[in-house]
Amino acid sequence: MSEQLTREKAQALIEEVLEVYPEKAKKDRAKHLMVNDKTITQSKKCITSNRKSLPGVMTQRGCAYAGSKGVVWGPIKDIIDISHGPVGCGAYSRGGRRNYFAGTSGVDAFCDINFTSDFQEKDIVFGGDKKLAKLIDELEMLFPLSRGISVQSECPVGLIGDDIEAVSKKKAAEIGKTVVPVRCEGFRGVSQSLGHHIANDAVRDWILSARDEQPFEQTPYDVAILGDYNIGGDAWASRILLEEMGLRVVAQWSGDGTLTEMENTPKVKLNLLHCYRSMNYIARHMEEKYGIPWLEYNFFGPTKIAESLREIASHFDATIQEGAERVIARYKPAMDAVIAKYRARLEGKKVMLYVGGLRPRHTVGAYEDLGMEVIGAGYEFAHNDDYDRTMKDMKDATLIYDDVTGYEFEEFVRQLKPDLIGSGIKEKYAFHKMAVPFRQLHSWDYSGPYHGFDGFAIFARDMDMTINNPCWNLFRPPWQKDTAEADLKAA
Amino acid sequence: MANIMIRKRAEGGLVFYLPKRDIEDIVSSIEFDTPEKWGGELRLANGGVYYIDPIPAPARLPVSLRAKRLDGVE
Repeated sequence: MSEQLTREKAQALIEEVLEVYPEKAKKDRAKHLMVNDKTITQSKKCITSNRKSLPGVMTQRGCAYAGSKGVVWGPIKDIIDISHGPVGCGAYSRGGRRNYFAGTSGVDAFCDINFTSDFQEKDIVFGGDKKLAKLIDELEMLFPLSRGISVQSECPVGLIGDDIEAVSKKKAAEIGKTVVPVRCEGFRGVSQSLGHHIANDAVRDWILSARDEQPFEQTPYDVAILGDYNIGGDAWASRILLEEMGLRVVAQWSGDGTLTEMENTPKVKLNLLHCYRSMNYIARHMEEKYGIPWLEYNFFGPTKIAESLREIASHFDATIQEGAERVIARYKPAMDAVIAKYRARLEGKKVMLYVGGLRPRHTVGAYEDLGMEVIGAGYEFAHNDDYDRTMKDMKDATLIYDDVTGYEFEEFVRQLKPDLIGSGIKEKYAFHKMAVPFRQLHSWDYSGPYHGFDGFAIFARDMDMTINNPCWNLFRPPWQKDTAEADLKAA
Repeated sequence: MANIMIRKRAEGGLVFYLPKRDIEDIVSSIEFDTPEKWGGELRLANGGVYYIDPIPAPARLPVSLRAKRLDGVE
């Protein structure tokens, strides 16, 4: 569809796509799809989110364990996360998200090792508490430099009613380290979103107040980065900007973060929140208990970075505000060069996004800096407050889809013919086979960082290298070439 | 009854937050707003009406409270 998408056309498309469903499924799915209307300020009126997926459709969601172990706890480098339960959950969530860390794996950093209690039938029948206690002893012997342990429950632990809290308390006293039981059994909630919440609550209850009474050398410029998981080095690319403008980053939650950093976070002056969905809970808690204000920011693309840096600086005095201007000015020539190089190659290209967390709205600014247009966006596990924010960032008459099914997404792509899709690994190869340029945006398609000014240069290069790759014309076999060209002429 | 949080807005006024339902909205009016008695009926910009038991005004915001929904959208 080369012409502009109008509201009527988009609405007609949604109805056409929904046509194949049975009556009841159609009614349910219709609530999750909408055409953006900027005049509406409350997404609740036009889109339903955070509901159970329909049985029988292909959904891309994860589970509460994925949200807790994979997203929030996994990247903390000096805490050993025990995947308590059968072996698979831990094996498939081991370092796949490329949360980079500085440290020596297996000595003082444990992000990319799978620790599991490997439940067998006898553990289900007789309970796994003894095994857990033994496991913690073994960990202590093999990895003495770990600062803490978290017990990430898998489904069976909740089903058989093990008391991991009692074991954790007992062992914490024995080994003298923090041991956190996390009740993130996969069956809780409708998606990984509840796992984020459970993980935040566990941090609140077991870690956050540990150093409240201890002295800490404060400066007026202390901040913490919340909700940056250092995918491909994202948090580092963000941190250098904040430090360059004169702030002191006390903690990174949780990419390349440590237990000590998290315990010191209640002493900062401002919490900077990148991924709202997975860390707003702890930010709100710290605001209530410690009076620390929090601020959402966006480090994708020079326009949004400059906006965010100025907003962050507005919470501090003139030295920081000057620092922010200095940083923006310093990177401006480099950013102009990036845009000059790639904008001509990417101008007017259309993008559809379907990711999780913050990316469907945060990356819109970066695409617009490159002259590209986001024509559809959706989240796997967002809540209504995410859609409130998304509707402001997206253009009018663009598609917004919640927990989109495999079929719906493919149909949207077939009809709207975007020049680029940004989504996850499960969609990647389906769209490759449809000859649509695709970036895996969960872990930056093995590239990155994409945050910060340095990240934008990589982002622009990656988008260009994907969209303008000559391979996309080679998907049709020679005997179908003629019809393809005829199709093209007709269109 | 639901757990809610009342925060101060940067621009002045109060914000109501109900985590379970992801409702975050501006409080357009509060029934009692004196240091001795604070709370009562909260009217939100989205039309919702909630009731919190009147308490002495909290020394610091945000504060978590129990609230009852009286009327309006949810």
